[in-house]
Amino acid sequence: MKVDLLPLSRVSAALAAREVSPEALLESALERIRALDGKLHAFLRLTEGEARAAAKAASQRRERIGPLDGVPIALKDIFCMEGVETTAGSRILKGYLPPYDATVVRKLKQAGAVIVGKLNMDEFAMGSSTENSAFGPTRNPWDLERTPGGSSGGSAAAVAARMVPGTLGTDTGGSIRQPAALVGCAGMKPTYGRVSRFGVIAFASSLDQVGAFAQDVRGVALLLSAIAGHDPDDQTSSTRPVPDYAASLARGVRGLRIGVPAEYFGEGLQPEIDKAVRAGIELLRSEGCEVKPISLPNSPHAIAAYYIVATAEASSNLARYDGVRYGHRARATQLLEMYERTRAEGFGAEVKRRIMLGTYALSAGYYDAYYLRAQKVRALIRRDFDTAFATVDAVVCPTSPTTAFRLGEKVDDPLAMYLNDIYTVPVNLAGLPGISVPCGFDNKRLPIGMQLIGKPFDEETLLRLAHAYEQRAGFAEQLPPLVEHAGR
Amino acid sequence: MAIDRAQVRHVARLSRLALSPEEEERFAAQLGHVLEYIERLKAIDVSGVEPLSFAGEASSPMREDLSRPCLPREKVLAQAPEQDGQAFLVPRIIE
Repeated sequence: MKVDLLPLSRVSAALAAREVSPEALLESALERIRALDGKLHAFLRLTEGEARAAAKAASQRRERIGPLDGVPIALKDIFCMEGVETTAGSRILKGYLPPYDATVVRKLKQAGAVIVGKLNMDEFAMGSSTENSAFGPTRNPWDLERTPGGSSGGSAAAVAARMVPGTLGTDTGGSIRQPAALVGCAGMKPTYGRVSRFGVIAFASSLDQVGAFAQDVRGVALLLSAIAGHDPDDQTSSTRPVPDYAASLARGVRGLRIGVPAEYFGEGLQPEIDKAVRAGIELLRSEGCEVKPISLPNSPHAIAAYYIVATAEASSNLARYDGVRYGHRARATQLLEMYERTRAEGFGAEVKRRIMLGTYALSAGYYDAYYLRAQKVRALIRRDFDTAFATVDAVVCPTSPTTAFRLGEKVDDPLAMYLNDIYTVPVNLAGLPGISVPCGFDNKRLPIGMQLIGKPFDEETLLRLAHAYEQRAGFAEQLPPLVEHAGR
Repeated sequence: MAIDRAQVRHVARLSRLALSPEEEERFAAQLGHVLEYIERLKAIDVSGVEPLSFAGEASSPMREDLSRPCLPREKVLAQAPEQDGQAFLVPRIIE
């Protein structure tokens, strides 16, 4: 197999063994992007100039800086990169050139990664299908009529189509794990506070977290080690030391206790997903894990609580788009009119809906009934997990209730779209780490994802379980027909 | 729970969003549908529960209070829709 079709950790190994040069690897990535992106629309823009310079620098280094040195990586368009247009999928930021790098972008550059471009997303990360991008939807490499999920749909599709071995995304209610499940790659949302968010365009600050996609779990581990850690510019980032996540994979999974929550296998779950995830659990049992039934009784309330908390925070965060300091400004003679028209022209329908829902929930007379109550339900959801983690090391469940749905199927029904996130949202409300790994296909040959949820700052256990599963199951190695047809 | 067009107009004003009459109508229906779902929160017993505003670590580290360089003014102003090299320009607010 060609090196550029290999998963991230093996691309890294091939670079280390000098079987391929960073420059050759970059050119084959660009070639595949040019061949496939007309159909997929994973990328909003390429950074070819910067990438060629970085690849050249990588090939001239005598010693590799680390495992990401020379590896092509792409970024969700929510990460500020100095001098490179960054839009968060919104018309209101069209043409915006950030004057600085996000901390994670700086860290990737320092690790020698070759940043090839910016990836499509739902506007301001609000959505589960990438259809809310102001620049048109991304398509699923397994079926071009279907969504790759969202909001980090471009990040997931680019990895699944083997355009680049690794990408970064953000996850506020499932925006890394759900698209990873829908395209058949691995995607991890670390613990709240594990990764700096400085320079990451904010959606809901008590929930947003940066994470990584790769075809292999080891690749996700390598990316996470590179981006995690304390940042003086993000007061919510943790000072806990960052483990060598890839090294922890060797420890195996024998004796780990995994909990299976009854509430995550109920009504609304596609039967093939139920079956595939239960088979995944059996596989982990056969690897020496102890499987225990558990209950997370407040999880069914998570979507309702989430859509109050997330929209309330979004209504505040997005107040900054006022046409004064950056981005779009509408023509107007009065200041108030300028604000209202700038935002009316710059934001798409879903962003407007969420700003209004959040504003409503925070407005006089409704605060106690909605926002305060949602925060109390949030406490109950966290308490459920704390109770569960007294007896298990990780929770295993589906990532998404369905496989990839058709583009257009849910765009006019916001609530139906929100209910997609039913298994992922509780994890953000509780601030926990979660990972999705490919665990099979449905009868239409669409990928299925299995989710593992861990204790705060215990990404290592999740990565060990996901890696052990992936080694035995082998689903991550399957190529989507689109890539297969483009030739090996 | 229904939300009428007058309420939508009020919330749009608070949100600094100019809506067309079609948007007002569509958003009233869609937000009403979502709020109806959210009503289920009211049935949950939350008596004695302390609200959780964020699930991060209890203490966050303090940074040393030292001055350090910030972005140069011209670099920041370069992204503004209207500026005069010193400040951001906005429509006149005082006659």
